[in-house]
Amino acid sequence: MSAKALLKSGRVVDPSQGLDEILDLLLVDGIVASIGKDISGPEDADVIDCSGLIVSPGLIDVHVHLREPGEEHKETIATGAQAAVAGGFTAICAMPNTDPPIDDPAAVGFVVAEGRKVQAARVYPVGCISVQRAGESLAPIGEMVDAGAVAITDDGNPVMNSGLMRLALEYAQAFEIPVVDHPEDLGLSAGRHMNESVISTRLGLAGKPNAAEEVHIIRDLLLAELTGGQIHLQHVSTQFGVELIRQAKARGVRVTAEASPHHLVLTEAAVEGYCTDAKMNPPLRTADDMAAVRAGLADGSLDVIATDHAPHHYDEKEAAFEDAPNGLVGLETAVGIIMTNIVGEGVIDVVTMIDRMSCGPARAFGLSGGTLSEGAVADVTVIDPRLRWTVDPSAFQSRSQNTPFAGWELTGAPHRTIVGGRTVWAR
Amino acid sequence: MASSPVPTLGKDLVGLESLSQEQILMILDTAEPFKEISERRIKKVPVLRGKTIVNLFFEASTRTRVSFEFAEKRLSADTVNISVAGSSVIKGETLVDTARNLEAMRIDMVVMRHGSSGAAKFLADRIPSNVINAGDGRHEHPTQGLLDLLTIRDHCDRVQGLKVCLVGDILHSRVARSNIYGLLKLGAEVAVCAPKTLLPSAIGDLGVKVFKRIEEAIEWADVLNVLRLQLERMEEGYVPSLREYNRIWGVTARKLELSPQDLLILHPGPMNRGVEIDSDVADGPHSVILNQVTNGVAVRMAVLYLLAGGQPGSAEAAKKEAGT
Repeated sequence: MSAKALLKSGRVVDPSQGLDEILDLLLVDGIVASIGKDISGPEDADVIDCSGLIVSPGLIDVHVHLREPGEEHKETIATGAQAAVAGGFTAICAMPNTDPPIDDPAAVGFVVAEGRKVQAARVYPVGCISVQRAGESLAPIGEMVDAGAVAITDDGNPVMNSGLMRLALEYAQAFEIPVVDHPEDLGLSAGRHMNESVISTRLGLAGKPNAAEEVHIIRDLLLAELTGGQIHLQHVSTQFGVELIRQAKARGVRVTAEASPHHLVLTEAAVEGYCTDAKMNPPLRTADDMAAVRAGLADGSLDVIATDHAPHHYDEKEAAFEDAPNGLVGLETAVGIIMTNIVGEGVIDVVTMIDRMSCGPARAFGLSGGTLSEGAVADVTVIDPRLRWTVDPSAFQSRSQNTPFAGWELTGAPHRTIVGGRTVWAR
Repeated sequence: MASSPVPTLGKDLVGLESLSQEQILMILDTAEPFKEISERRIKKVPVLRGKTIVNLFFEASTRTRVSFEFAEKRLSADTVNISVAGSSVIKGETLVDTARNLEAMRIDMVVMRHGSSGAAKFLADRIPSNVINAGDGRHEHPTQGLLDLLTIRDHCDRVQGLKVCLVGDILHSRVARSNIYGLLKLGAEVAVCAPKTLLPSAIGDLGVKVFKRIEEAIEWADVLNVLRLQLERMEEGYVPSLREYNRIWGVTARKLELSPQDLLILHPGPMNRGVEIDSDVADGPHSVILNQVTNGVAVRMAVLYLLAGGQPGSAEAAKKEAGT
């Protein structure tokens, strides 16, 4: 493919510029050269007909587990980056809860180098907040940023020590990166397996109350306010958690937050029958919680849709519920789920969807992309809003197939994924 | 032959939640003729001759395992006991592989106890053999629930309309859940009494009353089923001390004086004397704790018989086909 591509007659949706109209887009040498009506590109440009399709700034998933190093039977950086582009994502942020964890610049460099080997999504490493994710002392945050880390988190674990969290929020400000937290008070949740409710009571499963998440969200918001630091809260799943973030934003706290597709479309009822593919952390909650997460996504309290892509080998999910690990793969179903069940049900429109899946993530993590303005990096996602398809995990590019969405019939799917001006995946 | 449909149990007995009142009564009624076998000099009938049953115990158990084994042997089944110590499970074999290996040896039934809630359903969904849940995590222990129902019915002549209170660690108790489902389906009023730390937060949504103090429960109830307090619950902080637990929630003769009537006292065992129940209650005239144990064998014989395809009305006849 040449270094020039002309995307003709697509519905260009770019909230960063307030655009939603039929336009042409010219990409040259990895950047957006021009955007407008009836562009006649250079003769050597590849012309791609996008009529009937949505052309958006490349989708970005800021919450992905790639499992490498250490658990390559679940996923690798290469397979995860391939799954990303097959799901329409041009960039992903790799969580550091690997084995060993990504807690020093050499480990960050490894993720960067492995990501560059594959011609797929951009892979941005996220470094640990604490050494060995042990929650005791700060990891070398500055060196990790120099090596390519775009944020810090102990994801998988919350930072339980509030003093350490304060230090992280203060120290990270020198590097202008967000401190990313998995809000969960382990004292209220450890050894528990699903939402605490009548369903958990009936199934005999120890439940995690909403308060386990909300106590920690309040703590993080207070510390962000105290320090002036930038906090990013992962996978918000509770009604009051959304409200806390809404209030904090109104007060001017520097907070961004995620909604996960599964918390937007599933409730704890999916666990009935001990379905291990519906086991995740935070757990699926009630219909009221789901409605609140939807409302938070719509009004911008939640800035970002992030999948928390968490691959597990089928043997690991083929176990009694309490013995199965948390998580589901999400990269290859997110666009279809959001188009069908969130846009399709009128929760948000396509413009907001692109904001939450591209512009919002770029803003929250300070990444290039998230815009098709002239001179921007040429990361583009082309979406077919009408394609009807059925989720078939055996067709995933991911190395794992753990999803509660198998067999779901969806409308809307990625059509073409362009990274740095090159098509890296097309249907 | 009667043409009205005879209820069946299906392939497995995973819990009482999914059973109908008719199915529960069928099991209790089928247990009646089997009680007598254990009183014979030669305690054996050929009902399950040629059937192979595996007792697969991933958690320590004496009472339940022995009770199932007696039930199986008195019905002439061939039985194998596997307990987790010394089995390949310790070597890292998964539950599904263990099950498939047993299946490959052409067994007919598995009786399983496992520490994880849902393990019995997990196994039942994956093997064609009958699966009987002998306790899965804190989910259900259906044969215990059934033997408690049978014991209550024996002594009160009914279950319908009785007021039954489960006392103690409801949170971690599979016995409690099976009792709640079974008692409600048979028309009893059900209550629980425990410190709130040992109650699931949504327990009221199951349709039971909640008493904070044992004195209130005793005044209300006809029957108390006193659950074991695992000693580790104190170490985990659910209760401050065993002494305090006994003082406030323990069932003692003195507290029972609050009741206008003689309460029937059950306990699924093993008992912690002086903790959840005092010896003068456990050994007292209204304790049916050993009757529960006796009934356990009969109930398990009934379940084995029915799952093996035995007709509920034919248990008496099946029993008499002497293995001569």
